[in-house]
Formats: sequence, C-alpha cells, structure tokens
Amino acid sequence: MSAVTAPRVARRAQQHPGIRTVYAWELRKLRAQKRTYIGLGAAALVPLIFVVALLSSSGGPDEIPFGRYVKETGLAVPLVGLLFSSVWLFPLITSLVAGDIVSAEDNHGTLKTILTRSTERWQIFVAKLLAALTYVFAALIVFVTVGLVLGGTFWGFDPLTSLSGTQIPAGRGMLLIGGSALAYFIPLIAIASIAFLLSTVTHNSAAAVVGTLILSFMMQLLAIISGLDFMRPYLLSEQFDAWQGLLRDPTDWAPIAHAGWVSACYAVPALLWAFVAFVRRDVAG
Amino acid sequence: MSSEAPAVQARALVKRYGRITAVDHVDLTVKAGDVYGYLGPNGAGKTTTLRMMLGLITPDAGTVELFGRDPLTEGVRALDGVAGFVEAPRFYPYLTGRKNLELVAALDGGGAAERIDAALDTVELADRARDKVGGYSHGMRQRLGLAGALLRDPRLLILDEPATGLDPGGMRDMRLLIRRLADEGMTVLLSSHLMAEVEELCDRVVIIASGRVRYEGALDELIATTAGRYELRTTDDERAHQIATAQRGIDDLVRDGRGLTFAAAGEGAATALSIALGEAGVGIAALVPRTATLEELFFRMTEDVPAEPSAPAATTAADAVLAEEVRA
Repeated sequence: MSAVTAPRVARRAQQHPGIRTVYAWELRKLRAQKRTYIGLGAAALVPLIFVVALLSSSGGPDEIPFGRYVKETGLAVPLVGLLFSSVWLFPLITSLVAGDIVSAEDNHGTLKTILTRSTERWQIFVAKLLAALTYVFAALIVFVTVGLVLGGTFWGFDPLTSLSGTQIPAGRGMLLIGGSALAYFIPLIAIASIAFLLSTVTHNSAAAVVGTLILSFMMQLLAIISGLDFMRPYLLSEQFDAWQGLLRDPTDWAPIAHAGWVSACYAVPALLWAFVAFVRRDVAG
Repeated sequence: MSSEAPAVQARALVKRYGRITAVDHVDLTVKAGDVYGYLGPNGAGKTTTLRMMLGLITPDAGTVELFGRDPLTEGVRALDGVAGFVEAPRFYPYLTGRKNLELVAALDGGGAAERIDAALDTVELADRARDKVGGYSHGMRQRLGLAGALLRDPRLLILDEPATGLDPGGMRDMRLLIRRLADEGMTVLLSSHLMAEVEELCDRVVIIASGRVRYEGALDELIATTAGRYELRTTDDERAHQIATAQRGIDDLVRDGRGLTFAAAGEGAATALSIALGEAGVGIAALVPRTATLEELFFRMTEDVPAEPSAPAATTAADAVLAEEVRA
C-alpha cells in the first residue's frame, strides 16, 4: 500500500444523490447477478416450451379462454401463456428478485456499506422497490414478446376473437395484449410487495422467496375450495384474470378496477410495514 | 455542521441486547485532529459504539454527535465529512473493485467519483480494480474498504481494526497511511486490538471493558501514571527485599523470578535504597526505572472486570489507577 499519495481532491459542499442515482445502481446490481438472468430466461423459455408443446400435439388447451384460438392466430399465444403463468411462473420470478433485493444486502453485509454513505434510508428503500418492480415488468414484457413473436411466426397474426365473440384486428389486438400485460402487472405489484416485506423483515432470501410462493399457492388453494367462494374476489390469485376485461367488447373495466384496489389492499400495508422496518432497523450484521 | 464541535462526542451512550448491556453509559470525546485509539477486548462494546456513531443502530439511551450532528435525528447529513467502516468492510462480490467504488461514490455524490483513481492508487489496488471482489483476499478487501472511505474526502475517519488480516508489510503500510492522513489534518478514530499500532499512532485513547469506559484521555498521561516504578536485580534478592521493606519511600514491593519491582516516592527514595543496599553488602546488578507498556495497562484495566452495571466508569488516569489499586 502506498503511503506516498492519498486522494485529496478539493473538498466541496456535499451534494447528496437523488433516488434516480440509487435506482440506476440497483438496476446495475441486478444486471450483474446471475439470478436476474435465470428469471428472465425462464420468462423467455416458458412460451417457447408452450409453443413447442402446441406444435407437437394435435389439440390445444380448449377449456381455457383463448385456448381454442392458439393455432388460429399467434395473438392468442401470449394471452394463454399469461393464464398458465399466474400459477407459479410469475410468482416465482417476482419473489426471486423482490424477495432477495433487501436480504441479499444482509447476506453480503453490504447494507452497512450503503447506509453509511450520503443516501437516506428511504431513498434506498424506494430505489430497491422500483428496481424490483422494473425487473418484474421486464420479465413480463419478455414473456409476452417471446410468446407473441413465436405465436406469430407459426400461426400468423390473424384477427383475434374476443371473449364477446367479436373480431379484433391484429394491430388493436397487439395493443390489447400490451394493456393486458399492464393489467397483469397489478397483482404482481402486490406479490412483489409481499416478497419485499419478507425480504426486509426476515433478512433471509430463501425465507422471503419460499414464504412468498407459499402465500401465493395458499391463495390459489383457497380459490378452489367451494365453501370459501365468498373469499375468492379478494384473493390475489383471482386478480390475475382481470386483464380479460380488456378482451371483451365493449371493454369491461370493472375487473381491472377491482384488481387495482384488491391488490392495493395487499401491497400498501406490506410496503408500509417494510418501510418502517427498513428505516428503523438496527444494522448490526 | 459546527466547526467548533468535537469530531465525536458521545454522552452516556447505552445499547442493550436483551439482558446484556453491550455499551454502558459510554462517554468519549474525539477532538478535531486527534488520532484516537479505541481499545477493548472482544465483546467489550467497541463495534457497537462505532455502529451507533455511524447511525447503523439506535442507542437505547444517550447521544452521539459527529461534528455537532446527531445521526439519529439528522440521518446521513450527520455523516457529511465522516467515513470509515465497522468490522470488515463489505462489498458486492459480483462487482469489480472499481465498480464497487463507483457504486459507493454514486451514493456519496459530490466529487467522490473523481477520487476513485487516486484512492485505488493509494491502497495499491489499481492493477486489481477490474477483478471481481469475490476473488479478493481479506487484505485486499480491507484496502478496498479504506479506498471507499477515502472517496468521501473525510474530516473524520472511523476505522474498525483496519489492520486485521493484513500481512506484516500490509500492517506497516496501513499504519504509515493512517499516520500520513492524520498528519494532513484528518481526525482518526481507530478501534484496534494491536497495542503497538495504537501506541505508535494514537495520541488519545479510550479503554473499554464490559461496555464501560475504564480510561479516557491522553496516552502519555496514562503511561505516566506508572512512572516511579523501578526494577531491581541484586546478588541477594531476599536480603534486598528485607532492606527495601524497611526503607522509607519504597512501596508496592513485588518479588518475582527475575528480581524486585517497587514504587519509589521520587528519585531520592530510590537513591537511598541503593545506598542502603551497598552498605548492607548487597550487590546491585540493575536498578532501572520501569514504565508500564500500554499492553500491560490494557490488561490491568480489562481483565477480570466484574460486570457491575451500576458502578461508575473511570474517566481519568487517576481514577483508573485508583480503581486498579482498590481491586488489588
């Protein structure tokens, strides 16, 4: 180690960075980690497997919405994929990053490194949350895009038959698929918030990821118990179907609005709890 | 930020974990320009105190201010002009050394990013800056931690055992660097187990045990409290012991395998003893003043310290020595 020169750039008034800077670095950290690509890879691979399965079989998933159209137009492929992926794929992708983004700092001991710089705790909290949501949204876009491209490649972009039986031209169909992805993102925000909370309070990535998945599966189980029908509209798992309102003619906004406030009921308390825990916690590790 | 305020001022600082009081009413003051040693055995509460200083944990009672600012109420603004690390510096293993520094510089804002190259040169990591930190040795991570601290161009540098894990050359270089930074006017708070390091670098020290301060003050004053002790080796230690016991101004006589040690009330008393020994035909092989080392004082103050939460902490050298005598 050189004892000859030490950095002595002229001291100036301290300018504290904003959330944008912290957010950009959270994204850089995500880009540098392998697990990021595992989730994105899964989001690309699942539609590919789905298309291969369709190509190798004579029938299709006729019993679910748009299932009977998957071999008529590629526009139906990402929509059917969204229906399947709410069971495990997107809860898993979401919890992999949102459940790890705070606790990984505990595991690496780096929380004390970033909390002793010139960035407030609330800024780090917000930046991490935004980064996790950005990642989930990116995975969703990858999933829909791969499904759309593969579907279009093999079955073309013929008009899509809406859930009301009307024909939707390809251009408008693509717009509606984009809108569906946005509607699908609403309950994912709630799943991400729960994972973020578990990551913050458990300080353990595995516990946060597994805990989020268990909660997600539990809600799916509750949804299929006939005696608990009254709960179904308030379960997060049910909100993943809200996008179907966009594929009706005229557009039915009610399920999307419902998904919005139900998801908020899960997300807001989880985030408030996580926020208080994060800004007040002792960082002793 | 007040330029008149001490670099660090802790008052009645308390931190409890369940029934364990990790830090028990600690008072300490680091003045601007000090190289301040923070000494204590493992589990004494050093790192907990440093964490409270940096706002990482919340005190259960008491206050700590950095240049007059309380991290508890002012957040990271209280850390303006302050840098350092507690325990081992930690970085993202999947990023390179340079990327890690770029990250912390981004979180610092200001001109921190402009100092990266100079900081890497200073800690001699420039040639490994593009390697991932996951492949760094412990010593390299320590150096990277110091580089990360220097990016903030601090007025106060808080270092928790910075030489731990370094090879002898690395320890020497770390000491030289700290000394140089201090000579440039940087205030340094150095937590360390290495007495030689503290004796070489620090002008003021605090010694803590079981969460309580045993001594706080100038290192010279602490060493000076042991002045007046002598080491005596003779041709007949048993006879010398008898003579010394009867001699006025000679106290605290201890006989060990190598000879005698005693406290003399001034040089006159020691001279009178040497004359008395000569008159009695006892040959003097050596009569030398003996000053305790910091290590000896440290062990005296920290070993076998009873855990008495209500006992007042010693805050001056005289108190510490008195407490030691009472214990003896």
